[in-house]
Amino acid sequence: MNPESMSPSSAKAGDVVLEIPARAEYLELVRAVVAAAAHVDAGIHDDRIEDLRLAVSEATTNAIRAHATLGSDNRIEVRSNVDGDRIEVEVADRGPGFDPESIPDLPDADDPSRLLWESGLGIPLMRQLTDESAWESDNEGSVVRLIVYTSSYLRK
Amino acid sequence: MNLGISRDERDGWMVLAVLGDLEMGSAPDLKRAVIAALADGADALVIDLGAVGFIDSTGLGVLIGALRRCRANGAELQLVCAEPRLRELFASVDLDRVFELHVDVAAATGVAL
Repeated sequence: MNPESMSPSSAKAGDVVLEIPARAEYLELVRAVVAAAAHVDAGIHDDRIEDLRLAVSEATTNAIRAHATLGSDNRIEVRSNVDGDRIEVEVADRGPGFDPESIPDLPDADDPSRLLWESGLGIPLMRQLTDESAWESDNEGSVVRLIVYTSSYLRK
Repeated sequence: MNLGISRDERDGWMVLAVLGDLEMGSAPDLKRAVIAALADGADALVIDLGAVGFIDSTGLGVLIGALRRCRANGAELQLVCAEPRLRELFASVDLDRVFELHVDVAAATGVAL
């Protein structure tokens, strides 16, 4: 991946592209389509597909929230590409954007303040579940790119 | 997309059995059920996730909120979660150190009150 080109890439031959209204009712559809697209490559371990399914669901949840803060009825785009030994999924929203560097680290599990941490688990989870994750954001929207390698049977 | 949540009394515990995917659209249902149980005077709660196939960070957040609410009310909270993938999910964000995950309801309600 070329880090210089984080804006939504133009469609490639193997892409599966899904556009959804920014509503929680569509999360299950996103998970189903991404899992089905990943299954096209029979060599991918089911556990890794499950990891990707959850990571993409997290990214889409954040995108839906971002649109909600603007009251925007723009759609969210989820693009899956299975290419050789990797599956790449991009989730692009038209929300207000955020600073990816501003995400605070989770408090330790023993820290009493952890019980106040009811949100903010999504990005740590996406990082854990995928082999590569990257964010680009400006005031016109955000793109999350999640990559899982088909040869990696185990999580990091 | 709504959760099915049933309430049952067992050995002094109120058991909330959850059916469905615990995510953005459905998690508020569980939050409301916990608030209602505490308002009805429950002082020992079990949330049974045995029939939950999918949990995301919003679902985990509602469980953390449930624990915070229970502690604020002096109530006990135990979770039932036997599915290995979901147990791994708790562990991946260290929540296995915040919650004890029981394999079935009998194990959860066996905790001394």
